[in-house]
Amino acid sequence: MDQKVSDVKVHKMGAWSPGPGCHGGCGVEVSVKDGKVVNVEGMDDHPWYQGRACARVLAMTQYMYHPDRLKWPQKRVGNRGEDKWQRISWDEAFDICEKRMKEIAEKSGPESIIFTQGTGRDVGGMISFLAYAYGSPNWTMLGLSGHSCFTPQLAAGYVMQGDFSFPDAAQFLPDRYDDPEWKAPEIAISWGSTLNRGCVDHYWSGHWFQDLMKRGTKLIVIDPRCTWEATRAVLWLQPRPGTDGALALAFLNVVTSEGLVDKAFIDKWCSGYDQLAERVKEFTPEWAEKISWVPKEKIIQCARMYAKAKPASIEIGRPVEGNPEGNQVIMNIHRLIAITGNLDIPGGNVICRPAYQVTTYPYSTEEVIQLYGADLHRKLSEKRIGADKYPLVKQFRAWAQEDCIIDQMETGKPYPIKGLWIQANNFLANQAQDTRRHYEASKNLDFVCVVDTFMTPTAQLLADIVLPAASFPEKDSIYCIGGPLNVIHKVVEVEECKSDWEINFTLAKRLNPKAVPWGSVREMLTDRMQPSGYTFEQMVDKVWDLAPKGHKCGSRPYRRFEKGELRKDGKEGFRTPTGKVELFNTSYEGWGLDPLPYYKEITPQGPITTPELYKEYPLIMMTGRRSPVLFHSEHRQIPWLRECDPDPVVELNPETAKEKGISNGDLVWIEGTMGRFRRKAKVTPIVHPKMIMVPHAWWLPETEGKSPNSYGIWDLNCNQTIPMGHQDSAGFGGGPISGMLCKVYKA
Amino acid sequence: MSRKGLLIDYDQCSGCHSCAVACKQEHKYPEGKWGIKVEEKVFVDPKRPNSSVRIDYIPFPTEYCDLCAARAKRGERPACVKACQSWCMYQGTLAEMTVLMEKMPRAVLYSR
Ligand code: SF4
Ligand code: SF4
Repeated sequence: MDQKVSDVKVHKMGAWSPGPGCHGGCGVEVSVKDGKVVNVEGMDDHPWYQGRACARVLAMTQYMYHPDRLKWPQKRVGNRGEDKWQRISWDEAFDICEKRMKEIAEKSGPESIIFTQGTGRDVGGMISFLAYAYGSPNWTMLGLSGHSCFTPQLAAGYVMQGDFSFPDAAQFLPDRYDDPEWKAPEIAISWGSTLNRGCVDHYWSGHWFQDLMKRGTKLIVIDPRCTWEATRAVLWLQPRPGTDGALALAFLNVVTSEGLVDKAFIDKWCSGYDQLAERVKEFTPEWAEKISWVPKEKIIQCARMYAKAKPASIEIGRPVEGNPEGNQVIMNIHRLIAITGNLDIPGGNVICRPAYQVTTYPYSTEEVIQLYGADLHRKLSEKRIGADKYPLVKQFRAWAQEDCIIDQMETGKPYPIKGLWIQANNFLANQAQDTRRHYEASKNLDFVCVVDTFMTPTAQLLADIVLPAASFPEKDSIYCIGGPLNVIHKVVEVEECKSDWEINFTLAKRLNPKAVPWGSVREMLTDRMQPSGYTFEQMVDKVWDLAPKGHKCGSRPYRRFEKGELRKDGKEGFRTPTGKVELFNTSYEGWGLDPLPYYKEITPQGPITTPELYKEYPLIMMTGRRSPVLFHSEHRQIPWLRECDPDPVVELNPETAKEKGISNGDLVWIEGTMGRFRRKAKVTPIVHPKMIMVPHAWWLPETEGKSPNSYGIWDLNCNQTIPMGHQDSAGFGGGPISGMLCKVYKA
Repeated sequence: MSRKGLLIDYDQCSGCHSCAVACKQEHKYPEGKWGIKVEEKVFVDPKRPNSSVRIDYIPFPTEYCDLCAARAKRGERPACVKACQSWCMYQGTLAEMTVLMEKMPRAVLYSR
């Protein structure tokens, strides 16, 4: 609902990017005066963040009206990387895209254009819409080796119990912590994530841990690097990066061997417990100590504290799934949650589903079919890159497999790749491991279009056409990936920017009118919101809604497995082939994968795998710690945010720094076997003396965009020294993002 | 009128910087000018159990903090207090604030 105060009108809405960049789903109040947004702050009567707001939301006015924002379509008039652009009209931009894309479809088939999204925004919805209308099955997130961010978490939940889960902070209840059914967990484990990042990695805001702690929850932190919350936790485990799998197995070992399990839950709702218990016998705490460097006493203590608490919950951070066997690690954590009886109970880990099962950003095959139909999905899966090779790529997420795409771009086999549609993805500055290889593979394509809010290194180096995307107060969209259904609605216009939906809708209509039967984006959004019974306009007034208790969409906790709310057939149990939490996993068995837990030393380099190399490169490089103010590669040009986290740093332990004669603020090289990059030293005891932490995705928009500088990416980007192609047997899992060896010296 | 204060339960401050940016937005302060600025303090004490390292964040109200006078006139709480993601900031009369402080292990009070 919108209120008018003097000449300022306050609009309430959800805040799903562009802008904050994240997957937050928070509610905000956008104040508009004379056609301009003058203030953005949190919305008190929204259940998720209750008036609070992250720095990125609070800096929206600087983001929207930034002088460097992309304001109109442009076409490249020099060579790629030369930074020569010409302003063109939207008509001309659409004409060019339509013509080039139709030519490519005719000559090489629509599958030869890759449609690549970034994280953040609602972009998964519109980019799949465009790709499918055009006829390409190759929708993906290029650069994200092995779907390494969030997809393993989704997929592991899907195979284990048909759904993924998050700690219960009453986020699915309209009255939140006041709901009488809700309970604070006795123990909550924060595993590899940073609390003060806010809510960037959806379904969960770091600060909800604090809400829980104020209500009596005790926190356990598992993180190689000391975080603020580690210093407030009752127990802190500091594993060697990439060994989370060993810890998870040892926890299973302790819990099963000591009988600290929920027998009633296992008997009724799980299958394969005896085989699981048998298999994990070998993974003793002593064994895990050698691998993970965590003393066995602490491993035992952690397992006992978690298993004896009722309820207890676990939040799984991105690094846990980012490593090569990410899927396997997450599956084992799900096994732990289930056998301790913490699944879908108040204060445990609750199953996450979008309200009313409304979807525009399809995560699973099931959702793709809901939106696009089984026939189209079957057809699209035939040529989808990686689907023939990896069972989970084929069966779970509709994305093409990123590592296989790069192989195919290089070899042209089984068919050549001719173009890239890049939307909200700055992979050359951000996630692409082996960055040079990604650049080399993409630099000579016939057609590249980038849709973004600012000029990026990726757009400079690759694009033929650059289109300006609208930020959230400039667009109509829906937030519905989990939790409340929110709408985002257009209250202002900025220059010639168009929303990702408008752009893709218009182009899809030109390419394939049959695929776009709606007259407008709003009409289509209303259609997609049908399961909720609301029209788009009704939701603009309502702002947000959660489905009522017992609704058949199964989006309201608790104990939905007892009530038949999880399965399509209405039977009790879980959405798996057997209806149980499959501790012995029949899906994995059917795909020829190991249905029970196993351990593989997953880092290609390290003290265990390459002891000789470890002598020459004595430090383990971790990357990707979250910033409270910068979202991945975004926001470097927003003054209010940049001044809170101004420099591309590397965090070094004082001992390490002293040994190398490095002082705080010195420029240093970080060198590994694949090359080196430069950072500013931040000397701090929060990192282990044998490790360093490199915040990812740095580029300097204030420097030259022209190649070879390209905003400094080749100087700063840590991913140049991390290989790709380390996905696990399911096709997921992201390589040694925090497991490469390196040395550090003064520049 | 009794003096007002901004109470910061800094034991709970996570270092999210929302207060700093909320304040800048409210006052249109340019880059470099802060009404409140967040500082990180890291201390090492080998004798501390569990973790020898302690990380504290503390938002420092500067001379440009006016306790959000304009918002107060509209009956709204200060921008930082509303935005704080840890809910560790409070505003009121000094007397009210010292009552709250009684229950906080580590807090600081800024008065104006
Ligand atoms: S009370 Fe207002 S002026 Fe003072 S620090 Fe908070 S936001 Fe800034
Ligand atoms: S908003 Fe609150 S938690 Fe965040 S830095 Fe400021 S005082 Fe700390």
